[in-house]
Amino acid sequence: MHSSLWLSALLLIPVVGAALSWLVAKREGWSYAVAVATASVEMAVTLVVVVLYNNHLAGAQTFDFAGRFVLAAPFGLAYDVAIDGISLLMVALTSLVVLVALLGARDKRREPAFVAWLLLLTSFTMGSFIAHDLLEFFIFFELTLIPCYFIISQWGGRERARAALKFFIYTFTGSAFLFVGTLYLGFAHQHQTHGALTFAYAALSATTMSHATAVWLFIAFTIAFAVKSPIWPLHTWSPLTYAEAPTAGSIELSALLAKLGSYGLLRFAVGLLPLALPSMRPVLLTLAIIGIMYGSALACVTPDLKRLVAYSSLAQMGFITLGIVTGSKIAMVGAVLLMFNHGVITAGFFLIIGYVERRRGSATIADLKGLQGPAPVLAALFTVVMLASIGLPGLSGFVSEYLILIGTFATHVWWGVLGILGVVLAALYLLWAYQRVFQGRVEGANAQITDATPGERWVLAPIIVLIVVLGVFPKPVLDRITPSVQQLIEHVAPAGVNK
Amino acid sequence: MAHFVTWILLMPLASFLFVMLMGSWMNERQVGAIATGAVGVSFAFSVVTFILLLHQSSREVTVHLFSWITVGTLHVPAALLVDPLSITMCLFVTGISALIHLYSMGYMHAERDYRKFFLYLNLFVFSMLTLVLANNLVLTFVGWEGVGVCSYWLVGFYFDRDSAASAGKKAFIYNRVGDVGLLVAMFLLFSHTGTLTYLSVFAKSGALTPTIATLTVLALLLAATGKSAQIPLFNWLPDAMEGPTPVSALIHAATMVTAGVYLLCRMAPVLALSVPGRTTIAIVGGVTAFVAATIATSQKDIKKVLAFSTISQIGYMVLAVGAGAYSAAIFLMISHAFFKALLFLGSGSVIHALNGEQDMRKMGGLAKFLPLTFPTFLIGWLTISGIPPFAGFWSKGEVLTNVYQYSKILWILGVLTAMLTAYYMSRLFVLTFRGTERFREVTEGHDPHESPWVMTTPLIVLAALSVLGGLLDLPWVHHNSLAGFLDPTFGFIPAIGRSSGLAQTGLAAVDVVAAIIGLLAAFSIWRTSVSSSRYESPFLEHVWHWDDFYDATIGRPLTHAAQFGDDVIEPKVIDGAVGAVAVSVRRSGEGLRKVQSGFVRHYALATVLGLCVIVVYLVARVA
Repeated sequence: MHSSLWLSALLLIPVVGAALSWLVAKREGWSYAVAVATASVEMAVTLVVVVLYNNHLAGAQTFDFAGRFVLAAPFGLAYDVAIDGISLLMVALTSLVVLVALLGARDKRREPAFVAWLLLLTSFTMGSFIAHDLLEFFIFFELTLIPCYFIISQWGGRERARAALKFFIYTFTGSAFLFVGTLYLGFAHQHQTHGALTFAYAALSATTMSHATAVWLFIAFTIAFAVKSPIWPLHTWSPLTYAEAPTAGSIELSALLAKLGSYGLLRFAVGLLPLALPSMRPVLLTLAIIGIMYGSALACVTPDLKRLVAYSSLAQMGFITLGIVTGSKIAMVGAVLLMFNHGVITAGFFLIIGYVERRRGSATIADLKGLQGPAPVLAALFTVVMLASIGLPGLSGFVSEYLILIGTFATHVWWGVLGILGVVLAALYLLWAYQRVFQGRVEGANAQITDATPGERWVLAPIIVLIVVLGVFPKPVLDRITPSVQQLIEHVAPAGVNK
Repeated sequence: MAHFVTWILLMPLASFLFVMLMGSWMNERQVGAIATGAVGVSFAFSVVTFILLLHQSSREVTVHLFSWITVGTLHVPAALLVDPLSITMCLFVTGISALIHLYSMGYMHAERDYRKFFLYLNLFVFSMLTLVLANNLVLTFVGWEGVGVCSYWLVGFYFDRDSAASAGKKAFIYNRVGDVGLLVAMFLLFSHTGTLTYLSVFAKSGALTPTIATLTVLALLLAATGKSAQIPLFNWLPDAMEGPTPVSALIHAATMVTAGVYLLCRMAPVLALSVPGRTTIAIVGGVTAFVAATIATSQKDIKKVLAFSTISQIGYMVLAVGAGAYSAAIFLMISHAFFKALLFLGSGSVIHALNGEQDMRKMGGLAKFLPLTFPTFLIGWLTISGIPPFAGFWSKGEVLTNVYQYSKILWILGVLTAMLTAYYMSRLFVLTFRGTERFREVTEGHDPHESPWVMTTPLIVLAALSVLGGLLDLPWVHHNSLAGFLDPTFGFIPAIGRSSGLAQTGLAAVDVVAAIIGLLAAFSIWRTSVSSSRYESPFLEHVWHWDDFYDATIGRPLTHAAQFGDDVIEPKVIDGAVGAVAVSVRRSGEGLRKVQSGFVRHYALATVLGLCVIVVYLVARVA
């Protein structure tokens, strides 16, 4: 058992960094330096946590770094943190994504405010992933909205105002359901125990309830998470938002914040309300498969690269949802791994698209052609990310997708088969996009672009390394996820989840 | 032995990594030499491993490298299986690859992406060796997809040509469709046997019910049709000829496209469980062999003829698999690798001499200008036509003899295909090397010149192998033959009744007669004419309108559906519904209109206040 101070540090470092970068705002470039330093320290602490994390605690308990402080007892408000293998991966992703976004997608317009929002967003996301308390999770989950909103509305593209508003209303409405569900669950638990009001994860998971209650709560939770992920049909904010947000914003939203949705679905909807799973499963499986097909189809015809990644993400989140709800342990491990892998891959996509946009002033596919000629390295980097997303064995995407599909196939054959068809579609839209953007005869402004600079290559280096290493040797990560998934499944098992 | 077999695999990978990291400090010749040398060493290691295996009591050796994917009951190691089948594949894959690497040093000389070409080629060899050496289906899948992506890169090597880019993509997508089959097969096997390691699957194959076995076999067949360009997924291979010619020789003739046949042979114990499955395989193979041969008779591009010829020859191999003649399929695979690589490289030499011209109508009379290409090509032509004593005669004969035992109808189809093969190859030969000189326009009046030694040496070696390849498995030799060596892998399968010596001789005579008919027909037609509307039907030239059919039934409807989704469903239906909900909520209270300021700080404030009110209410109620 390690001290919870490590997690508190992860939570506070970005806040301190944000304040510092605001203080030095007067001096040109200092805020950025402070922000990068903060993100680096955050990364370093994260690495320490990753190394220290011990998933062989007593009694098959995989939560480490636990600590609980009640802040306001009458309200059930507590600061309660702990991480298991699942959250560990998400914590690592959080630190990675902010560092990459800062380094690879620098935005010099009103920089102090920009980096401050970005760091605050990191802190809030970190808070959501380390929270071991439903109310605390909800508060952080909700807080992430604010920096996101400002990043989109202040630094976004031409339609930023509309995008920001749509994003805000969607996610805000979604979380209203989560809030009501959270309170209901807390009070229901208090009612049963006649004790103090608490939202502690361990306590709530022991709540008994009727099947109908569980289903209603599950639906309420899932609406919030489905908006965030997004799950079809609550996704329509995402193409507009991903396209209009600044590159750093798109990276944060798609690589990281989307995972709050699937993480919430796994940890809180499935984890706290297993009773509802059997009846909700067919619905979610259907939505996941529709998302895969629909997202892939629209990715084929959408005219913009960022929107393409948005639709591709819809499809990928479909795979994650599939893995979470099938109830197969193998598929669930795959889903958790895909959350991480998709984060890394999408960050890569948006970085490269950002580089292209920086050079050409456009991410519209029709404006681009033959870029492989003048920019072979950029094309090669895109190719690696693309192949990982397609699920090429030997790269990270394959392992997670394969685990999800083989697990799904074992428990729900036909859903598995439909999921496999989604694998073909991913190749279709990505290779076609690659052909239109990077291949063909290069002319005009496209012929003038420069190849990736050394700085840009270094930012992408960790992403490429992670894609290759997790494709070839995923064992260390799998070994950390599996016991935690096992623990979750054992808790959920009595409610009809197998193996 | 474990070390040697690991090094077979690691040499091309090491060369790939070395050239990738250090290549910018190396000149063209060094890059080519390292890449070629690495594959050559890999071949040497294959020979050593082969010899060691011969002297080993057990013919199945598993080499564990590391644990790759382990979750719950799923254990997928990175481990190699050395057995007669895999080492046979290693030998000819590394051998042919080394020759084609050497050839490429000349052929790709002064190309823009010379270094990248060898990177892809090395990675290809590594993937192909992973495919054949893997001890489980998932690792085979790594190689399977690896060769696919290398093929994608190499077909689209001239990426600024739209046709090349499209062809690369098409190859990948068709293969992906086939991959659905391989994934389904793996998942079925895992669901019913709990393992994906070959030897364990075979040991537990009793757990497969007839239905599951048939489904698995059909799924494997789908995978094979994608990778090995069989009906219904054969149509990417002719397009793949957009790649540089050494690529066509290595990937799209000798090695990768035979991977589907390898997979079927590897899974022979599972195939043995399903009669309907094997019947389907035999029919697909036989029909593909025949259809592709008809198409080859009307193609004008020299490489397209060879491409359809490859499809047709692989059809024979698939037919042999369906008939249960696995070692005959492997025998044909090896000898086909020799003579088809020879023919492709020879055609490359011709194309090289004619400044890139591939249209046979602009060739002719090249025999006297290409003193080494011509005789080697002649050997290749006679070999594929099935003229004794060259390798093709023996290997094709072995397949047809087995098919004769299996099904008379498929045998007749096979003999007709043999006749067509002799016909279209003779047409190609005549149009290219004999007749009038029609190339002066493309060479701007100059005489074509013979290729450098790095290109002609592989031709000579391959020609020698085409002549002598039959020795691997002569019908009257039963010891120290290929079939005998492969016996530990295929021996458990009940052999179909062997024909008597007399019957074999009779069947061989039929093959020869068929070949000679085809050959004479081609000579009498094409000696004098260059194109003929009577013998080149547009229907055949357009590949039975296969592409148009797919486009009309799958491509366009799906595109329209996706476009409809983007134009109507997404903005109008889904967003419309969500918008309608939002609007109705907005209008539900007139007082709320003032709040619709569009400023988020108001929303945020409202949120906080709302949360407080709810919390206070709930707390008060509970208290």
